[in-house]
Amino acid sequence: MRESEFNRDAVVAVLKDRAIWLVFIVMFIVFTVTSDKFLSANNIFLICRQVSMFGIASIGMTFVILLAGIDLATGSIITFVNVFCAYLMVKAGFGMVSAVVLALAISIAIGFFNGFLVSTIGIPAIIATFATQTIFAGASYLLCKGVPINGFDPAFKFIGQGYVGPVPVPVIIMAVCFAVGSFILNKTYFGRYFYAVGGNEEAAKLSGIRVGNIKYLVYTLSGFFAGLAGIVMLSRTNSAQPTAGLGYEFDVITCVVLGGVSIMGGYGKMSNVIAGVLIIGVLTNGMILLDVHDYMQMVIKGIVLILAVGFDSLQNKTRIA
Amino acid sequence: MEDEYVLQLQHIRKEYPGVVALKDVTLEVKKGEVLALVGENGAGKSTLIKTCSGAVIPTSGKIIVNGKEFTSMTPQRAAENGIAIIYQEFNNVKGLSAAENLFLGRPIKKGFVVDKAAMEREAERAFAQLNIKINPKTLVGRLTVGYQQMIEIAKAIEQDAKILIMDEPSAPLTSAEVESMFKVVALLKEKGVSIIYISHRLEEIFRLSDRVVVLRDGEYIKTLNTKDTNIDELIHLMVGRELTESYPPRPNCTTDEVVLEMQDVCGNGDEDINLKIRKGEVLGLGGLVGAGRTELAQMIFGAAKKTSGKIIYKGKEINPRSPREAIDLGIALVPEDRKRHGVLLGISVKNNINMPIYGRISRLSVINSKTESNTAVKYKDELMIKTPTLRQEVKNLSGGNQQKVILAKWIAANAELIIFDEPTRGIDVGAKYEIYKLINDLAIGGKTVLLISSEMEELMGMSDRILVLAEGRITGELQKEAFNQDTIMRMASAAKEAS
Repeated sequence: MRESEFNRDAVVAVLKDRAIWLVFIVMFIVFTVTSDKFLSANNIFLICRQVSMFGIASIGMTFVILLAGIDLATGSIITFVNVFCAYLMVKAGFGMVSAVVLALAISIAIGFFNGFLVSTIGIPAIIATFATQTIFAGASYLLCKGVPINGFDPAFKFIGQGYVGPVPVPVIIMAVCFAVGSFILNKTYFGRYFYAVGGNEEAAKLSGIRVGNIKYLVYTLSGFFAGLAGIVMLSRTNSAQPTAGLGYEFDVITCVVLGGVSIMGGYGKMSNVIAGVLIIGVLTNGMILLDVHDYMQMVIKGIVLILAVGFDSLQNKTRIA
Repeated sequence: MEDEYVLQLQHIRKEYPGVVALKDVTLEVKKGEVLALVGENGAGKSTLIKTCSGAVIPTSGKIIVNGKEFTSMTPQRAAENGIAIIYQEFNNVKGLSAAENLFLGRPIKKGFVVDKAAMEREAERAFAQLNIKINPKTLVGRLTVGYQQMIEIAKAIEQDAKILIMDEPSAPLTSAEVESMFKVVALLKEKGVSIIYISHRLEEIFRLSDRVVVLRDGEYIKTLNTKDTNIDELIHLMVGRELTESYPPRPNCTTDEVVLEMQDVCGNGDEDINLKIRKGEVLGLGGLVGAGRTELAQMIFGAAKKTSGKIIYKGKEINPRSPREAIDLGIALVPEDRKRHGVLLGISVKNNINMPIYGRISRLSVINSKTESNTAVKYKDELMIKTPTLRQEVKNLSGGNQQKVILAKWIAANAELIIFDEPTRGIDVGAKYEIYKLINDLAIGGKTVLLISSEMEELMGMSDRILVLAEGRITGELQKEAFNQDTIMRMASAAKEAS
C-alpha cells in the first residue's frame, strides 16, 4: 500500500517535471492528424533546421535566466555577427575560417561587455542588455551602410545549408550545443554555481562562490551562443541583412521560459528547454501548413506562452501557500 | 485623578506553537507619563507592544484603553483609540516630501486634486508645534534618520495620538539627535501624551522615565518608580535567572597558539576592535542586538571591508576581499539568518555540502561525482544529518538539520576558524544540544570557534572566554571564572562615551 503510494507520487513528480514534453507530444499528434503534410521525414528535418538558430541561442539564454537575469542583446548580436562576418569575407578580404573565428570573438566580447555592465557596474540586466542591443543594432547599419552584403565563398553555405547524410548541418550544430550546454549544467561545477547563484545570490556568495565572475561567465556564454546562431543564419540566408536578428531575443526567451526555466532564477533543466524549442518549431510549422495567417500565428504564440508560464506560476503559488 | 490609567495591558499571554512568548504580563500607563520598558533580547518587549497595534493577537488577557475593554486590537482600532507606535523601521516614502509624508494616506484635497500648498502650511504648523525645524518641501529621503523619526512622531500627533509607543528610538540616532528627540518627548509629556519608551540604554531611562517595567523571558518581573531604583538593580532584575547546567561538558582545549588577532580594526560600524583568539578556544561574543558583532564577523569573513587596522591570521596579515578568500584561508561563517544566508534552500543536501569545495573536487571544471557523493555521505553520517536522501532539497529539512548541513560544508572545506552567529536561533531544544556537542567536538579537534550569541545562558555555557560589544566597541572581557550575568549585561548596556 505504502509502496504503491510512493510510486504514484514518484510518477506524478516525473510527469510534472516533464509536463512540457507532454505538451509537445500532444501538439505533435494534433498536427499529424490535422495536416497530411506534417508527418514526413522532410518536414521534421525542416522543423529542426528552422529552430536550430533559436535552439543554439537558447542555451546561453538558459544560463542567463537561471541566474535570474535576462539577455535582450541576443538578436542584435546575431545581426551584428551576420554583418561583421560578411563584411570581413566580402569587403575586407578575410578567409572564411578567420572571418568566422573573428565574428565569434566579437560575439564573446559583446557578451563579456554585458557581464561587465551587469556585474561590475551593477546596471539591472534588462537595461544593460537593452542598451547593448540598441548599440549593436545601430552598429550593424553603420557597418553595412544599410545595404545587404552578398557574395560569399560557396563553401560557406555548408554550415547552414549542408547535410551529413540526411541530417542538416545546423541541426547537428544545435544537437552538439545542447549536449555541451547540458554537460556544463550537469557535470561541471559551473552548473552547480548557476543554480546556487540563481537560487540565492547572497547565500551563494557566503558559500564561497565568486558571484561576480559567474555573472560575467553566463553573459559571455550567452554572447557566444548568439554569435554561433548568427553564423548559422548567415550561411543559411547567404546574405547579411541589417535586420537579420531583429526581435530574435524574444523568441529565444519564449523557448527558454516555455522549457520551464524559472524567470526568478534557480530552477530549470536543459532537456526541457529542448522541448520548449521544439514546441515553437512545431507550432510555427504546423500553423503554416494549416494556412494560419501570420498575424494570427503571433496571437496564438502569445497565448501559448501565457498558458505555459501561467500553469507554472499557478503551481508555484499553491506550493508557497 | 493623577493615577488614572490611559492604557492597561492586563494578564497578556501569547503562545506560539511550542513557545510561550508572553506569560501573564501586565503593564499600565498613566496619562502624561513616560513609562520605560526594559528587558534583554528576546524578553518579549516587541511582542508586547505589538499587541497594542494588532500586529500580535494575544492568546488571552485584556487591553483597556481609556476604560474601554478589548481582547485584541487592530491597526484601525489602535488609531481610533489614540495609540501610535514608532517602530525602528519607519513607515515613510523616501521620494515624497516631508509634508506629503505627514499626510500620507489622508491627503488634504481640493476637489480631486491634492492641495500641496495647504499640506505644506499644515505641516509647517505641525512641525512648529513640536519645535522641529524641517522644511515641509524637503524630500524625506534627503533627511537624516533623526528628522525622519521626528516626522513619524509629528504624524502620530497629527493623528491625535494620546499614547505614543517608541521602540528603541535612540538606537539609530547620533548623540545630538538623541538630545533633540528627548526634547520632543519632554514636550509631548507636558501636553499630556503618555509614552511607552523601550531602550537598551539604561541611562536614558533614568533621564526620561517616571516608571520602569522589567520583563524577562516573556514574564513580567516588576514595575518600579525610576527615582527609587538604580542601574544595578535594573540589570539584576533583567538577567537574574537561575542558570541551569544544561550544556555538554568540554575540557578546556585552549592552547597558546593565537589563530586570529585583530589590531585596532575599524569599519562596518565597528571601532577599535582588538582581540585574540587561540587555537582550540571557544570565544564568546556577547552584546545586544545591533552591538556590531555580526559586523565584526563579516569583516573577518571577507563579507565586509574594514577601513583600518590589521587582521592577523596564523601569524600573517590578511585582508580577505571576499568570502572565497577567507574560506581558502580556512575561515568559515555560520550566519545568523540561516534560510537567507546559510543554506541554499532549493538545492540538494549533497550540493550544499560540496558547494565551497567544487573547485577542489573537479578536474578541468568537471566534477568528480564519486568524491562529491562520498563527501556528502561522510559528513551526513558524521554529523547525523537527518534526511531521507542526499538529493533532498534543503528546504525540506528541519532547522537543526539545516544548521548541520552548513556546518558539514565548512568541515568539508577544512575550516579552522569557525564563526557561529546565533547558531541555535529558532532550533528546538534537542537539536540545540546536538549543535552544542558539535561545537565542543570542533574545539576538542583543535578548531577555533568564535561564538556570537544573544542568549546569555548559551554564551556563558559554551564559551571559554567572553568579549562584550556595545555600539561597535569592545566594552569588556571576562574569563570563565568571572562569568556573571549582571556584569555582562552592564558591559552590553555601556553607552558610547560622549563624542
